Amino acid sequence: MVVTSRAPAPGGGPAAPPAGSPAAAPRRVSAWAEGVDQLRRAAVTEPGRLRIIGAALAAAVLLFGVVTVWEISGRVAAADDVVSRSQPLSADAASIYRSLADADTASSSGFLAGAQEPREVRQRYEKDIANASRLLVSAAANAAAGDSSRKEITLLGEQLPRYTGLIEQARATNRQGLPLGGAYLRYANEQMSTVLLPAAQRLYEAETGRLYTDYDDARSWPLAALAAGVLALAALGWAQRRNYHRTNRVFNHGLVAATGAALVVLLWLAVGQSFARADLNEARTDGQESLKVLNDARIASLQARANENLTLIARGAVLAEDKKSDKYDVDFTTNMKQLDDGLARALRLADDDSGRSPVARAAGGVAQWKQRHAAARESDLKGDYEGALPQVIGDADHKESSGASFDTVDASLEQAVAHEQKEFTRAARGGLGALGGLVTGAAALAVVGAAAALLGIGRRLSEYR
Amino acid sequence: MRTVRGRRGTGEGDGPGPSGVRRLAARLRGWGGVTAMAAACALTAAAVLLPLAQAAPETGGPPAVRPPASVQVAPDALWGPGDTCENPEASLRPSTVDGPTIERIRSAGKLVAGVDQNSFKWGYRNPDGHLDGFDIALVKAIAKDILGDESKVIYRAIPTSQRIPALQAGRVDVVVRTMTINCKRLEDVAFSTAYFEAGQQVLVPKGSTITGYDASLKGRKICFAAGSTAEAALTSRSYGSVPVTVPNQLDCLVRLQLGEVDGIITDNALAAGQAAQDPSVQLVGSPFTKEFYGVAMNKDATDLVRRVNKVLENYRAGGNDSPWMVAYRAHFEGVLPKAVAPPEPKYRDG
Repeated sequence: MVVTSRAPAPGGGPAAPPAGSPAAAPRRVSAWAEGVDQLRRAAVTEPGRLRIIGAALAAAVLLFGVVTVWEISGRVAAADDVVSRSQPLSADAASIYRSLADADTASSSGFLAGAQEPREVRQRYEKDIANASRLLVSAAANAAAGDSSRKEITLLGEQLPRYTGLIEQARATNRQGLPLGGAYLRYANEQMSTVLLPAAQRLYEAETGRLYTDYDDARSWPLAALAAGVLALAALGWAQRRNYHRTNRVFNHGLVAATGAALVVLLWLAVGQSFARADLNEARTDGQESLKVLNDARIASLQARANENLTLIARGAVLAEDKKSDKYDVDFTTNMKQLDDGLARALRLADDDSGRSPVARAAGGVAQWKQRHAAARESDLKGDYEGALPQVIGDADHKESSGASFDTVDASLEQAVAHEQKEFTRAARGGLGALGGLVTGAAALAVVGAAAALLGIGRRLSEYR
Repeated sequence: MRTVRGRRGTGEGDGPGPSGVRRLAARLRGWGGVTAMAAACALTAAAVLLPLAQAAPETGGPPAVRPPASVQVAPDALWGPGDTCENPEASLRPSTVDGPTIERIRSAGKLVAGVDQNSFKWGYRNPDGHLDGFDIALVKAIAKDILGDESKVIYRAIPTSQRIPALQAGRVDVVVRTMTINCKRLEDVAFSTAYFEAGQQVLVPKGSTITGYDASLKGRKICFAAGSTAEAALTSRSYGSVPVTVPNQLDCLVRLQLGEVDGIITDNALAAGQAAQDPSVQLVGSPFTKEFYGVAMNKDATDLVRRVNKVLENYRAGGNDSPWMVAYRAHFEGVLPKAVAPPEPKYRDG
């Protein structure tokens, strides 16, 4: 970088003919070699050098602009995918998962009520199945061929009609008063908990995995753009220093303007990306992670409720692996444990009071549910089935049923999920907003910067005319 | 000899047994069904009669042990619970003398009965929501005898796993719930005399080519409940069938209706409940095991055991018009073979 020789006088001829000049052979030279040769010849004169420097500076500034536009467009697209594509898909997958679990819970509740199946329970079941079917179709439209999601969607599409068939058979048989209906319902529940729900869970995890990939793409530092920016600024700095040494003029307006433009783009890039990262991080840790924990807790609560119902439907017909306890009661206890753990985690993850309060309400509901369940179970074990049934499903004389506690838990969790979803969208949109205008701004400033650099060098060149 | 008797003459047990017995059993089978049966019967008779002759020297009156009314077993495939005691079906002699348990039931004014509400035709909720079935009819007869009113009963629906704990904790007075009398249970509870004789049998759709527990099972998918006698039987001799295990026998009917299995092996009493829920299935072949259902009571309630045995004596009496026959026809007509007679009671002293 150190300039050692003074510039030769204007209009000075070549100091020496270049070695190996094409004197003898009229050999054809390639265009590239010819260009290099011209350049080499130009480099020995100051205007020639200035032309080269000007071109290089403009190129460096433009390159910075292009790399910035390219990298930031990728990040904006990824952030946009997070907000408007992969997160909704992940939320849809969570909704499929929840609808299926909810359908299973509703079908067992309706079954327990027997021929007097309440209309709203039946409607809830129908809504769940319709919701799951509808979301499966849209999930299928969004899944690429060979995607792992596609496999799960196919499996769910095949198994869901089979499940609903079993449920209808169970209802029809139950209405005739045949114990076989209970066996059909248990078979349907087994299909749900061993085939459908695991597939829905895998789908949810695959979609959430894709969401996290989009996150990482949106959050990663635009290293190439930053490097190009530093390079462009360094080149501009060098050219100005060289200029100062040659002319004793401190400022070349064109070059200063180019430097300013490059600096603005670099700062904008660094600050914008930092803000976007901060917002996306918040969306992920405060929104998405909470959503995942809450969704899992909700599934656990639904399965616990289905198992509580099935304990009364199976009436001890199926034993757990220890060959002593009731299978469904053991499963209920397991689900309640998962629910407890999930709520404790959700409470830790919740970052504000409006996030904490529904979770705390759900936890209160769970405690009450456990108490009421224990009381109902005790009646059932004592042989008072007719006493235990209203304690679980509730009726006019039993408002304080375990079913009412479950409803509290379910409603609170729904609220908590809605809150976290809102948090997520707000933070993710913020992240997307932080990158807003950067692409256009960087492109415009790069063009301005490159032009300014050329003008600045042109100003110097004109001194040689 | 004792073990051979305990295994009902075959030695083909699912439980642990001396390998010598199995070898003997294998040899017995090798002789052919008829010879084996004859040998087994001889051993059985000797084992039962000898100790009883010593224990009860008094004579006159009915013989202490009578052969079962109708022993209908498939040759060459006899199967039973791995009993380790002698003569588990023998109960205390009937008596109407009131003891502390009867007094307690009288003062409470209600008989507390542990029943099933899940077993069609035995103990189940009929479309009106009321408990009904062969077991329920017997509970009513017991209540009528002790309290003078068949409706003075508190029914407690108890799952299979709670039958013995409920009796031991005194939560119920009697358990009438298709409960098989066996030696293991006799350690914890007392049983009445047998009120039903059941056996494992094959249940298939009408028109099936399966003819029973035999070579016609080859290559067919056969369903049974995990841990059941049927599972032990098929593990020992599958006739080339493909086993399908489910948690509960009723689950087999679901699989059969869905076409996932070709046949079901279960106790014929429970199979009757299945056939009653699906007229397109039927029992084929003969039962290839023998087990007895009894009323279970607390081990210390000897007065109640004797009283229930007395009720059962009356329940069985009357030939074709006995309460037992009437209940049998009411619940099993068309699904089980026509009953000839209730099982004969066996008694022991002390």
